[in-house]
Amino acid sequence: MTRYLLSVGYRAGATPPSPDELQEIMADVGDVRRRMQAEGSWVFGGGLHDPSTASVVTAHDGSAVTTDGPFIDSKEVIGGITIIDVADLDAALGWAERTARATRCPIEVRPFMDDHPE
Amino acid sequence: MKPNAASDEPLALQRVFRDEWSRVVAVLARSFHDLDLAEDAAQQAFAEAAASWPATGIPRSPGAWVTAVARRRAIDRVRRESTRDAKQLLAVRSASIDTWPDFDLGGESVDDDVLRLVFMCCHPALAPPAQVALTLRLVAGIETTAIARAFLVSESVMTQRIVRAKRKIRAANIPFRMPEDAQLPDRLASVLAVIFLAFNEGYIAAGGDRLDRPDLCEEAIELARLVVRLMPDEPEARGLLALLLFTSSRRRARVAADGSLIVLAEQDRGRWDHELIDEAAVLLRSCLRQGRAGHYQLHAAITAVYTEATTFAATDWHQILALYDHLLLIAPTPVVALNRSVALAEVEGPEAALMALAELDLDHYYLWHAIQAELLLRCGRDDAAALEFERALQLTDNPAERRHLQRRAHRR
Repeated sequence: MTRYLLSVGYRAGATPPSPDELQEIMADVGDVRRRMQAEGSWVFGGGLHDPSTASVVTAHDGSAVTTDGPFIDSKEVIGGITIIDVADLDAALGWAERTARATRCPIEVRPFMDDHPE
Repeated sequence: MKPNAASDEPLALQRVFRDEWSRVVAVLARSFHDLDLAEDAAQQAFAEAAASWPATGIPRSPGAWVTAVARRRAIDRVRRESTRDAKQLLAVRSASIDTWPDFDLGGESVDDDVLRLVFMCCHPALAPPAQVALTLRLVAGIETTAIARAFLVSESVMTQRIVRAKRKIRAANIPFRMPEDAQLPDRLASVLAVIFLAFNEGYIAAGGDRLDRPDLCEEAIELARLVVRLMPDEPEARGLLALLLFTSSRRRARVAADGSLIVLAEQDRGRWDHELIDEAAVLLRSCLRQGRAGHYQLHAAITAVYTEATTFAATDWHQILALYDHLLLIAPTPVVALNRSVALAEVEGPEAALMALAELDLDHYYLWHAIQAELLLRCGRDDAAALEFERALQLTDNPAERRHLQRRAHRR
């Protein structure tokens, strides 16, 4: 089994969906999540607030500096994430496709490093 | 001693290598979940075969011999390297108990492993250049240095490409298994695209002066034969093989003594390889009969019509145009439309073809300019043609293509 991070990407500054569209998207996303949970593949997930709500903390010798805003201003923004635990990349790509349909956004699939301590 | 035995030895070894390499790598990859280990062990086993067979003779079942040695080398290495993870140690244990597929008994499960290896190398999560490199290395068994020469990149670039692809396979857990039915059409398309890419690389390189480059056309044909054998029910696989054979049949007639390109219209048809043409025609008929025409089959059918004509002038352009119309329905790309315009010019005249070409967004593509130049010449618009030849020349580096364009540009 391998854990994968599915990130929902959208264009920074893209027009947000209308309330009706958003309701439809949320219903579809919820549907995919329930299917992941039923299969025992879902580990964690959720939507994220706008990058402008982010803060970055940098630790120095004895102190830490907190700054407002995300790491970098990029054209693509992560709108939400899901972590799944599945047999292999093909299974992860299958969930990514379903998530892409539900969110109407491209999905980045990235494997976690093997960290099972047992 | 028979004097011939020794001189035949390298050839026989090459044949065994060609037949068995992908099978050995595939079986080891499944058992050890490690492509590097599979590749290295296979390489070592073939080296041992090359060293000992001249003295002992080729064993009755060379594939089983090489696999047994490769397996032993792989097990030795896993035992030596204590950092190996539990999964592999488990594989070593099961391999020692001998759950090994028997090479002498049908070998069907070994074929399945080879197919899994092919799908793994051509996985769409890998970039196409990496898919091609990995397939040529792990399935066709070409050395990395030779692949680098074939693609005119440095050895370190090619090594990096293969290393990175293997790392992604391992990190992202790209599976060593057959795609599910729903994914199969896309995944097979990816495999066929890799073979086609390799073939084209070899075909375009024809006329180059590097004799030490591996013959990618031959390797691609071998790969296509392998896929056809392993997936006999897939008409597109046979369509691709037919297309490669038809195209390959003209290779001798396509390059002049000075290395310049000879276009189809001017080729000596007597120099075509008719054995390849006959084989391709049989394949094409058999796949078209299945009634699932895909773009390789249609491309092969178009090539077949060109090939059937006794002279270029006698080509059945109406049939070619009809096939291109069909092809445009399933693959509506500008390049298909571009090639269709050549047939259109023969059926409806150069003006009609020029009008069709004007609608295509292919300003960056040298052939768009080269074809327009030829059509403009036929319309008597020599000045406009000269400009298009000039544009075409700016857009291609291929020496054979450039020689041809220069010749055409100055014949006015």
